[in-house]
Amino acid sequence: MKILKEGTGEIFCKNTPSEVRKWTRENKPRALIDKRMKIKDAVKKYVKDGDYLAIGGFGHIRIPMAIIYEIVRQRIKNLSVAGHTAVQDIDMLMAGGCVSAVDIAYVVGFELRGLSGVQRRLFESGQVKKTEYTNGAMSYRIRAGAQGVPFIPVKVMLGTDTMMHSPGKVVKCPFTGEKVLLLPSLNPDVCIIHAHRADMYGNVQIDGHIVKDDLQARASKRVIVMCEELISDDVIRQDPGKTVIPFYMVDAVVEQPWGSHPGNMPYKYYFDHKFTEDYLTVGRNKDPKVLEKWLEDWVYSLDSFDDYLVKLGPRRLYNLRDAEFLRKPVGEIKK
Amino acid sequence: MTAENYSLRELMAVVAARQLQDGKSLAVGTGLPLVAAMFAQLTHAPNLVIFFEAGGIAPQLPTLPVSVGDSRTIHKALCTTTLIDIMDSMRRGFIDYAFLGGAQIDRYGNLNSTMIGDDYEKPKVRFPGSGGANDFGSLAWETLIIMDRHSPRRFIEKVDFITTPGFLYGPGAREEEGLSEDTGPSRVITDLCLMDFEPESKRMRLIATHPGITVDDVIKATGFELIIADDVKTTKPPTKEDLRLLHEVIDPNGFVFKK
Repeated sequence: MKILKEGTGEIFCKNTPSEVRKWTRENKPRALIDKRMKIKDAVKKYVKDGDYLAIGGFGHIRIPMAIIYEIVRQRIKNLSVAGHTAVQDIDMLMAGGCVSAVDIAYVVGFELRGLSGVQRRLFESGQVKKTEYTNGAMSYRIRAGAQGVPFIPVKVMLGTDTMMHSPGKVVKCPFTGEKVLLLPSLNPDVCIIHAHRADMYGNVQIDGHIVKDDLQARASKRVIVMCEELISDDVIRQDPGKTVIPFYMVDAVVEQPWGSHPGNMPYKYYFDHKFTEDYLTVGRNKDPKVLEKWLEDWVYSLDSFDDYLVKLGPRRLYNLRDAEFLRKPVGEIKK
Repeated sequence: MTAENYSLRELMAVVAARQLQDGKSLAVGTGLPLVAAMFAQLTHAPNLVIFFEAGGIAPQLPTLPVSVGDSRTIHKALCTTTLIDIMDSMRRGFIDYAFLGGAQIDRYGNLNSTMIGDDYEKPKVRFPGSGGANDFGSLAWETLIIMDRHSPRRFIEKVDFITTPGFLYGPGAREEEGLSEDTGPSRVITDLCLMDFEPESKRMRLIATHPGITVDDVIKATGFELIIADDVKTTKPPTKEDLRLLHEVIDPNGFVFKK
């Protein structure tokens, strides 16, 4: 097949679907086993220096923040990250110095809240490596990884600099002759997800939009699932169509209420605007000591996410629940 | 009925809203484009169907969301699904409009939301990148573009990075590169004017100026040669009722229209 045009972007995840298939045979248990563990242990066991990481949710919605803080606390280094609308999640990892490369679809921005100082510094100085994609493209790559094929033809990115800074290759379809862009599939080393409910075997329920968590769990080698509420498999069995991720894909199950804070957990709690605004202000400060102090106060000096919740206090958390259910105004966004 | 005092952002929102036909479908980000979509639903286009890339379909939006994935985007929705399902629906031809913005735009409607500077490795300013923008601009039938601060630095001869395709380098270019047929940008709404793209040349064309703005003002604020329609109209300002909808119903938190 003749390559008509190709981008120069580096491929950060080296796993191929055929290797991952072989690895799965030896390493992933199919039986129903109790996978409950503490966040600390799940991260220690399954997140390694140099891993390629996929994060569930949508950047600041239904993100696994308690796991992210633990990755920062354990000072895991040289992660490559799937930057599929990456917002508060990737910003914390980059602030903690955990990231060396990003497949970018959406980074640096906090949507209506403006740009991140932390990410601007690291990307503008070239300290963190990058390759360009789109949100659709990252999902297509993960779908190919889940399917177990090495590439996928897509109809986006064509004709643009986004394509020229990706590893994509333009070819003619051997059946119809139309031009398509081929992108490499993606099988992350580890995927971290925050869900509404799971049982101890790793059967997962998500309320509302699933974003890309179903595909990421299917494509990734290791999957850590955190949930707001641990439930019995009897509940799962009452409505099995609600299981978006089945047990055999999952390696660890962690129960952590409020685990997405300061993110928005649909049907549970809204954004903690003030927390994020304060954090963004810290990140924009030119003096690196300001960010170091923030990390010390909110991550390193705390033993666990439960300590973080105690530090936030119940009043603050209940206000977020009221905001979610439109019982209270959500607060201003300053720019 | 016209309001005596209105801001340019309010005017842009209602002008953008008027470009949307009832009964069509729209993929949209948050901010001013979503204000326009919500305004259209509350006025002339109650049957406009809104898609959010994070997976919300046909919600009844209570107020303006902060993120295209936040709880408001699935409030009383008819379906919650996945990002790839939204992109698949768009490629399958179900989505009429996409609403986009950017830091820079050229005469063919190519958009830059990736970086400012000439060194990709070390840009002067790094912006978010495509997000879903390139997907929307590649796959929706029509792309509508909202850009505030119409100036020669933003309406520029050559953008620093083509994040999202407009008509690329002219007529036939999208098809030549493999993009879907009969797609591309259709309107550009700025704080000075309303533009479309001349069918023959695919170049940006001025079709209406906002009240108090002259054709010359627009030419001076544009860094490339703009086509001027034979009959340049004047946009219609918002009414008092329009402003009430924008402030009290759509954006009571003042996310877009600062209090």
